[in-house]
This record gives sequence, structure tokens and C-alpha cells, in this order.
Amino acid sequence: MDRRNSIKSIILGSVAGGLAVHGCKPEAEAKAEDAQILEGYSYKYGRTPKEKERIVELEAEQFFNGHELGTIAVLSDLILPADDKFGSATEAGVPDFIEFMAKDIPEMQTTLRGGLMWLDHESNTQFGTEFKSASEDRQKQLLDTIAYPDISVPENELPMEIQFFSLMRNLTLTGYYTSEIGIQDLGYKGNTPNVWDGVPEDVLKQHGVAYEEEWLAKCIDQNRRGIMAEWDENGTLLT
Amino acid sequence: MATKILADSGLKVAIVEAGPFFDPKDPELMTQLKWPWESPRRGANTVRPFGDFDSAYGGWDIEGEPYTNSDGSNFKWFRSRMLGGRTNHWGRISLRFGPKDFKHKNEDGLGDNWPIGYEDVKPYYDKVDKLIGVFGTNEGLPNDPDGFFLPPPKPRLHELFYIRGARKSNIPVYPSRMSILTKMINEDRGICFYCAQCSRACMVYADFSAETCLIFPAQKNGGQIDLFLNAMVREVTTNEEGKATGVSYINKEDRKEYKLKGKVVVLAASACSSARILLNSKSAQHPNGLGKSSDIVGKYLHDSTGASRAAFIPDLMNRKISYNEDGVGGMHVYSPWWGDNKKLDFPRGYHIEVWGGMGMPNYGFGFNANEFNKFFGTKVGAYGNVLREDVKKYYGSVIGFGGRGESIAMKDNYCEIDPTKVDEFGIPVLRFNYKWSDHERKQVRHMQDTFEELIHNMGGEALGAKPTKEQDYGISPPGWIIHEVGTTRMGNDPKTSVVNKFQQLHDTDNVFIVDAGPFVSQADKNPTWTILALSWRTSDYIIEQLKQQNI
Repeated sequence: MDRRNSIKSIILGSVAGGLAVHGCKPEAEAKAEDAQILEGYSYKYGRTPKEKERIVELEAEQFFNGHELGTIAVLSDLILPADDKFGSATEAGVPDFIEFMAKDIPEMQTTLRGGLMWLDHESNTQFGTEFKSASEDRQKQLLDTIAYPDISVPENELPMEIQFFSLMRNLTLTGYYTSEIGIQDLGYKGNTPNVWDGVPEDVLKQHGVAYEEEWLAKCIDQNRRGIMAEWDENGTLLT
Repeated sequence: MATKILADSGLKVAIVEAGPFFDPKDPELMTQLKWPWESPRRGANTVRPFGDFDSAYGGWDIEGEPYTNSDGSNFKWFRSRMLGGRTNHWGRISLRFGPKDFKHKNEDGLGDNWPIGYEDVKPYYDKVDKLIGVFGTNEGLPNDPDGFFLPPPKPRLHELFYIRGARKSNIPVYPSRMSILTKMINEDRGICFYCAQCSRACMVYADFSAETCLIFPAQKNGGQIDLFLNAMVREVTTNEEGKATGVSYINKEDRKEYKLKGKVVVLAASACSSARILLNSKSAQHPNGLGKSSDIVGKYLHDSTGASRAAFIPDLMNRKISYNEDGVGGMHVYSPWWGDNKKLDFPRGYHIEVWGGMGMPNYGFGFNANEFNKFFGTKVGAYGNVLREDVKKYYGSVIGFGGRGESIAMKDNYCEIDPTKVDEFGIPVLRFNYKWSDHERKQVRHMQDTFEELIHNMGGEALGAKPTKEQDYGISPPGWIIHEVGTTRMGNDPKTSVVNKFQQLHDTDNVFIVDAGPFVSQADKNPTWTILALSWRTSDYIIEQLKQQNI
């Protein structure tokens, strides 16, 4: 369903007519300014002109080289391979996301780049081939040495390669679960207009909690949300 | 608020705003209902401090607009440069001050009483409730007054856990009080559609922000309002008699200085910005700036105390991700201050805010995905499809608490002009001097103890280490809670205050301040509702004084 239409259907009769344009000049000016097309800019969420420029600048730069990006692709798919229902990390666009974040948060660059080099060095030493070309068994053999941090040691005191893997796993999972595939996989139901009317009964039961009548009596009757609020002089809602 | 009331009365109003135009219903400016993948950084906070989709243009650090701190001071100053300013992303928590909050010195001898009391402000709180809309409940509490509330939304799952946990420690829990429309209040504004994104600014105007609820309606009402945008006020200008004649501002577009004439100047720039403008308003008649017959401008700066803790709640694991529980933007329940300070080692209280639930993934989601395995003695780490199971197993199992308390206003905590620095518009900048005292540290220690007790009651595992004495119990740096108040405090004595009880400058009777600068004390409440009520009261006073030709 078209999102804007669904919003309309929820607020229909209340504000659809009320949100008339205010017709003031600065808005028109702001829009004209906003309409200046930045080459290569394709995002559609509220940005100031400066913020748009920053995105264009970051995207124009290339941080990882082709070999590194190839290794990131292999690694992120080892971290999150496809399953029988949903795609893998690369199918969710994780390598591009990591490329962007490495430029957006430059503090991560050395750990990421250094860690990729560590993988190749270890793989070359042990298997005589770079990480991304090694067999999956051998790749996993290496990952098994860095994928399980000793949680009794503070993160920043762990060996660099373990810090690197934790960072890669974090970026891979966050990149995946903030992608369209990942949100579907998770099953998140929100970010859409709706009318909240409490936790479903089966969920309450599962977690061993219940609503109290006294509390519910204070809450909004969602059938009356569209009726104009009126109070008596003591603040008791009449409608 | 002043714009709305003054324009509705027929006065001509010029709004001078340091940032650009903003209207949350403009698709070009909208971040509401966007998905994380619509941002290349997936909502990370590298550009906007509250995340890429937050609606505030600005932050604690703004390029070209520095501020400084004296040695040992670490005040953080949040500014939002846009029409409606910080009201575009705030928490919408709308708490009236209670009778005790205006006269707290009577209770514990600390700070000062306000020259006005709850009874002076109550009629305006009532009017603000009805004009803007706030959900909540009338509970008959002595210091958390009743009002004209819309009905609150039902609690979410984690909030039901919170209610149960808090009651075990006799901590009261009530429906929260938030300026979000759960019900229709007028034809111009929409009703909340429960996306939990108030901080992204609401396209149907179902929550309070200054432009959507006050400025636009005033324009629609035929108000004579001129908007001066990207216009950074430098100072209030004065004539030979020392009366204000208007303001001078820098147009950010052409970087030139302009003068705007006005019969009355109303400052609503934020407590610190308004103090800065007064201090920079130097003239032959006012060599040290405006309001300087006392040395109080900039003094008594105070922010709410803040501390937080989060916990993993095993009983909230393995949730059915079968329904949308976004709810309103923020909490559905809260705990107002319940303690008796006479029996405690610190003055003044705090309220508890609660967060949790199955929120929308954003940058950071999935970090340390199976860290909680440690609570079950199973391996932390791994790779492969097991991570998908871990993510779902723990989704929605974390609950967090924020304590927001009242600090004592102190003369030694202040902002002043730093003579060594100007911003990119050539305007001298602020230097902050602010230190927490043991009053605040002990209060925050109590918050931390309370959080641990709540976590224990809920069968949870506290996350991270409890902040120690050496860490000041995890108290937020001053300014961090973004409740800056007190820099131009009100009083009857011009020697110890900057404005009178109508927020009129003692020195210059046609200058008024309607932000939180005039607050004598902060209360353990968020300041917005009181700013609005007092601004309305001041606006009524201005209209009356103009009618009587007194100003």
C-alpha cells in the first residue's frame, strides 16, 4: 500500500483538510534552494544543503580497493550467509555500507584495513593463498581463532585481529538488519501509521503480565480518538 | 508562544531566527517514516548527534559557532538552528511545576524562591494544555498538578514489566505526560499515528513544536508575522534614554549586519543565547550590556541532572515479533519523584524515564548481537546463521532508565562573554563556568542505586559497570540534558535578578525574556511546559502594558 495514502486513511476527516499550505514566501525560497540538484545525489530524506554535499563528497571518495572490497564481501557472507528464506550480507548491500561507514567514521579505518591485511597475512602464511581465495574450511579455520573474544578482557585490550573481527561482525549485522531484507527477516512491524491499542493477549500471556482494569480505564478509547476533546472546568474529559 | 499570543492580539511580529525555514510536512525536509536504508549511514549520528533522522539542525558543536569552557568546566551547549529551534526534536515530556517547585527554599533553605507561585501560573498551564494538547492523567498528586489531559496510550510490554518492578520498591508509576495528540483537539492538527518518531518532527503536527502549533496557526489566523530566517541576532539596540529600539542581526546569506526596529523586544533564543545577546548589547547607556545594573546576567545557569542505566531482562527474551509496538515517541509511563528529601542525604528530587521495546533497527542494531550469552554461560561471538537466531532471541529484551533531577541553582555556575573569541559572524561567544556539587552527585548516586534495585526487581542483569564515586556516579556533563535555565532569573529585587515577575528587564522596560532564562529554579520537571505558560503570561502583560501606554 502506498504509504502516503495509508497515512491519509488514518487521519482522514481530522486533518486532511486542515493542513493547508501556509503560503509564506520563505518556504518557497527554501524549496528553490533545496531544489538545486547535486550531481550523483539520490537520497530522499530531509537533509540540509551542507549535509547533502557531505554525502556526495563521501560517495565520490573510494576508500577500500577492489581486493579489499572483495575480501569484505567474502568475510561478510561468512558472518551472515544466506539461509533458506533470506539473502546473505552481500545481497543486503553490506560491503557498500561498510565502504561508506569507513569514510563517515574514519576512526574505524585502520582497524578495518589492518584486519583485512592480517587475514591475508595469516592465510598466506598458513595456506599459501590470500584469504578470499582460500577454501571455506580454511577461511573458517582462521575465523575460529578470532570470532570468540575472551569476555573477561576489556574490548580495547584484546588482540587487534579480534577487535577487527568484532567490528566487522557488528558492521555486517547492523548493515544487514538496517537493509530491506534484514528488516523483513527480523519481522519488525512498525514504521507505519497505525493505532496502538495495547499488547496482544497472547504476548501478555507468554510473558506473564496483564493489564490492570484500573489502568486501562485511564487510557485512550481508540474508537473516540477522532472526537474533539472537551473538558469540564475541573479537567475531566467529557468526550 | 509569544508570537502566537502577540500576533493573535493584532500586533505586528517579526521573528528573527538563526536558522532556515522548517515545516515537518514538507516532503523535502521530512525524515519521519523513512527506513534506515534510506540513509547511507543507516541513521548513525555522525552528522546529527541524535542520529541521521533526528530533526534538529545543529548539535553540541556547530561549525563556525564555538563556545568555550573555563578550566574544570565542561558545559555542553546544544543549539538547534531552524524555525522552531529545539522544539523540533525534544522529548515532548510536558510536566507542570508544582506549588513546592516555586518555593523550594522554604523546604530546604537552598537556592531562592520564585517571586511567583503555582497559583500565578496555573491559569496559563490550563490554557497551554488546551491549546497545544498533552496526554496524561489527573492523579491528585501534591506536587505534580492535575491539568486538562488527553487520555494516555496503553503501556507497552516492557512498561508493564517496569510497573511491576517499580511497585516492588514502592516507587509510584503513572501514565506519562507528553504533548502528543492521542485525540483530536482542533481542525488544524492531526492525531498521533504511533510511529514513535516525535524526534523526527511530525508531518501531521500531532506533537508540539513551536512552528507547527504556534507560528503556523498564528499565520493562518491572519497574524501579521514577518519571518527573518538565517538571521543571527547580535544585540539589542538602544536609544539615548537606554530604551530598546530593536535588534541588530547578521544575515547569514550575505554576511552583512542589519538593524530591525521594534517597539518591544522579546528574547526567546534559549537561556544561554538570550544571556549572550544581553551581554553583547553594549552602548553608551549600557556599557556592560543590557540588564547589567546587577551582575546576574549569565549567573545561576543550571541544567537537570541526568544519569542512566540499562538492563537485560531474560523474561523479555524470545518475543513474538508479531505486532507493531512503536507507540508514541517516548515513554507511555513514568515515575515522578516519590522520595522524602528530609530523610535523604541530598536535596531535591528526580523523575524516572523508561525506554525499551521492539524498536526500528538503526545503525548500532545487532552490535554485540549475542553478548547476553554470557549470562547463560554460553559462548559469546561466532559467525554464521546462528547470529540470526541470536538477534531475534534478544530483540526487545533490553530496558533502560533515565533519571532527570533538579540541581541547585548557584551563582558560581554561569556563562559570560569570552573576550578572546568571536563566532564566524563576529559575535563574541560564551564561556561557561559550571561544576556539579555534592548535592547533585549524591542525588545521582541515589538514581544509580534505584536503577539497580529496579533491575533486580525485574529479574534483570544490569549492563555495564555501575559508575563509581570517582566517575561521579555517571552524572551527565552539565548541558547534556538540554534543560539550560536560570541565566536571566526573575525576582523583585533588581540587585539580585535580571527580570521582574513578568519577565520584563528591570533595567529596560521594553525588553522581555520568554525562554527558560528567567527560571529561578528548575524543578525535577522538564522546562518546556513552564516556558510556554510563562511566555503566554508575559505576552498578556505586554499587550496590557502597550494598551496602557506604559511601554
